[in-house]
Amino acid sequence: MSGGRSLNQIMDNKDVQRAVTRIAHEIIERNKGAQNLVIVGIRARGDYLAARIAQVIEGIEEVNIPVGVIDITLYRDDLQVVLEQPVVHKTEIPFDIGGRVVILVDDVLNTGRTIRAALDQLVDFGRPRSVQLAVLVDRGHRELPIRADYVGKNVPTSQGQRVTVKVQEVDGSDEVTVEEEPS
Amino acid sequence: MALKSKHLLGLEGVNREDIQLMLDTAASFKEILERPIKIVPALRGITVANLFFEPSTRTRFSFELAEKRLSADSVSFSKDSSSVRKGETLKDTVRNIEAMRVDLVVIRHSAAGAPHFLARCVDASVINAGDGAHEHPTQALLDMMTLREKYGSLEGLRVVIVGDIAHSRVARSNIWGLNTLGASVAVCGPKTLIPLDVEQLGVDVYVHLDDALEGADVINVLRLQFERQTQGLLPSVREYIRQYCITTERLADAKENLTIMHPGPINRGVEITQEVADGPYSVILDQVTNGVAVRMAALFLLSGGGV
Repeated sequence: MSGGRSLNQIMDNKDVQRAVTRIAHEIIERNKGAQNLVIVGIRARGDYLAARIAQVIEGIEEVNIPVGVIDITLYRDDLQVVLEQPVVHKTEIPFDIGGRVVILVDDVLNTGRTIRAALDQLVDFGRPRSVQLAVLVDRGHRELPIRADYVGKNVPTSQGQRVTVKVQEVDGSDEVTVEEEPS
Repeated sequence: MALKSKHLLGLEGVNREDIQLMLDTAASFKEILERPIKIVPALRGITVANLFFEPSTRTRFSFELAEKRLSADSVSFSKDSSSVRKGETLKDTVRNIEAMRVDLVVIRHSAAGAPHFLARCVDASVINAGDGAHEHPTQALLDMMTLREKYGSLEGLRVVIVGDIAHSRVARSNIWGLNTLGASVAVCGPKTLIPLDVEQLGVDVYVHLDDALEGADVINVLRLQFERQTQGLLPSVREYIRQYCITTERLADAKENLTIMHPGPINRGVEITQEVADGPYSVILDQVTNGVAVRMAALFLLSGGGV
């Protein structure tokens, strides 16, 4: 983090926790329970949020929720355009998603291109009954017709800003910040 | 992350970070091979030419599968059914293929240095799939991947390569790669099949197999190329078997988690017995599976973004 940027925290530890808990409740309410649910998080932050949402749902409904992780790198539409090749990590969906309701979880919803890639990858693993999308932050600027079913916080931003989500498991604490991109 | 080089010509001089990146990427790709639909769109629109100037089943099949799994388009070529028979030079063959807009070239050739020559005269990225007795980098990478899966790290592992070291590109690539990742390498074989000054590559040299096997974690068994006998390099195949064949008796004092590898194709009963090749120490088929993942990683990393 170089100097001269203004940091602006929009969610702290507690806010993130509350948002996760609320999203978990909404998922149960919308699906009338958790019988047929599986949760899949998108690397590399959505996977931790996915595990937490699953944990809350399991606590309430007393069922076991399968949790998977996907890495969308190989499905990106800009692989041949980006300058620096991203490191490919493992996709782990060790269960059948055919006929299940898949809750896809990501940290930030922006252009929608990540979600497009994740959906493409998901259907390579089977034919889910439906796919619902949960995100911690929706910042707008969609470039594809994609919307979230569950949103932690709507954050209107300009395209010159950067939204950063930190999670306890990797970064030591939960936090969402918006900062000005240095021009 | 990106590789330092535009080509994969060998493992000599490739640094630790690049080898690790290729192995890490390969480990991620392995999962794709287990999926119901074994294909990802990563290399859509990329065209790969497989040029096999020397016979190969495993390596060629492995590269072709890797290309398909990544959605690349590929064309393959073998020496017997091409214009090479009409006397076309290597450079002309490849220039013509490149004129058809190929992004990556995979080449196997009996002449050491052929891939390096190509890399200098074409724009495409070049992957060496074996050049003479020089290097076979993807084979060494898949060997290292297999060992990393089993032991977690190669640091401090003692690897013994047994057989015809002098004519083996597999041995050479393995020596460079293993040394870079911190393993200690020994070679063992008849004196006539061990290159002079091989110690300079940083390996221990043994003529007697039992001495070499003492304390070994890994035995990489090379194929005996029968034509060496007619060249007068071996007294007889029977003599070779007596001294160098890996048998159950020879492994009586082996470590419990010993690993036996073989790059294939196997001469059963010559360099290794049936029993050992199919036995509990053997990871020979894991090597083949990992070969596809490693080649996917190489293709993916060299097809690079933005270039």
